[in-house]
Amino acid sequence: MVDFGGWDMPVQYPAGTIEEHLRTRTHAGLFDVSHMGEIDVRGSDAIAFVNRLTSNDVTKLVDGQAHYSALTTPSGTVIDDLLVYRLAADHLLLVVNAGTTEKDWDWIKSHHNGESVELHNASAEYCQLALQGPDAESILQSLTDLPLSEIKYYHFRPGTVDGVSGIVSRTGYTGEDGFEVYASAERAEQLWNKILDAGNTGAPTGVLPCGLAARNTLRLEAGMALYGHEIDENTTLLEANLGWICKLDKSDFVGREALAQQKQAGIKRKLVGFEVTERGIARDEQDVLVNDEKVGKVTSGSPAPFLKKNIGMAYVPVEHASVGQEIKIDVRGKLVGAQIVKTPFYKRIK
Amino acid sequence: MANVPEDLHYSKDHEWVRVDGEEAVIGITDYAQNSLGDVVYVELPKAGEEFGASESFGSVESVKAVSEIFTPVSGAVSRINESLADEPEKVNSDPYGEGWMVRLRMANAGEVDSLLTAAEYEDFTKAESE
Repeated sequence: MVDFGGWDMPVQYPAGTIEEHLRTRTHAGLFDVSHMGEIDVRGSDAIAFVNRLTSNDVTKLVDGQAHYSALTTPSGTVIDDLLVYRLAADHLLLVVNAGTTEKDWDWIKSHHNGESVELHNASAEYCQLALQGPDAESILQSLTDLPLSEIKYYHFRPGTVDGVSGIVSRTGYTGEDGFEVYASAERAEQLWNKILDAGNTGAPTGVLPCGLAARNTLRLEAGMALYGHEIDENTTLLEANLGWICKLDKSDFVGREALAQQKQAGIKRKLVGFEVTERGIARDEQDVLVNDEKVGKVTSGSPAPFLKKNIGMAYVPVEHASVGQEIKIDVRGKLVGAQIVKTPFYKRIK
Repeated sequence: MANVPEDLHYSKDHEWVRVDGEEAVIGITDYAQNSLGDVVYVELPKAGEEFGASESFGSVESVKAVSEIFTPVSGAVSRINESLADEPEKVNSDPYGEGWMVRLRMANAGEVDSLLTAAEYEDFTKAESE
């Protein structure tokens, strides 16, 4: 167990990180992600309010749809990345990172400026279980009457799972198909056990409970950013390749002007993915060198259990950011060769 | 419960030593491999390199973390387990056998006496996991 944003979280279950990772890619993995924060926004100005604080365009969402977005600073850097769920025209649910929930809550409250909204930090009330992998739909379908095959990617429906009412959302952080179930925190154990049972846990192809380490390697293979690593208050959305959630043409939002200026002037550094080409494993925070000169830092580095390669992401100056660029990683004093590659490293076959 | 063979010597850094004539065979314990998780990479020294007692001679990496490994006794490396380059998982599956790491020609055979016995090491790991 490790402390993770104030939560005691398992790094791995008995099967171990590699098996958890592979099982999620080939069958299914279950993640208890109840540490994630939930902020409820209700009222006639809910959409306008959240649209002013986040970079994606909330007006484009329909009921039952969610999108990936960011809470931005005036300089276009990232307070947090989040999912915005539209439950109704006057009701949004923001799902934020555990370690930043309090910061986000304070930020959101302090930016409330006369809009007709009621804000509620509901983090302690929700559990969140993520069932991910190609078998996720059939496992979850055995516990719910919701027609899961009709729920499209980044859509959700309110309903019951094993008689427990909640929200079933086709989202995840692994690069696989899968669902996230939000329900009352006190029903977490029931849902956890029922989903494991329904997924035939213990069998060689059954669902495996997965810890934080597998969650990290899965999202890294899928090229997804992790707050505090690829993105933080010192990196802008454009540098982090998150221009696609930066809707500069929508109505004004915090950071829009800075991001528009940066877009016009061009970014100076960029987040890239790399593969280690020599023996060694790149790790977070290690220096990146080009022609013997330090040019950047690794934001996440790890073995990739499914791809069976050692991969990572790093910020490098744009002039060294092209696919194919050879770089060196300073692995505890030893320079190890690597090459910039396209991300995501892993893409599932649909 | 971790496996702690009777006939080995142990360090507080979770290495084991098997004395074989003038040589010491060194690896990491069952307790250590279990706390590390799946070993994916082992970095070992080259034959001929010399190390003082408690000096770092390489590293073991799991998916999540890097741990240095220390030689419990001083000496010069006579052989390394080259098969770990392609099969690092042997450290998990057979830590006291096929997962051995280096063989040292001991500089001072008396050093093994200052290491922990199996019983002492077992008490030490119990105290550490409490």
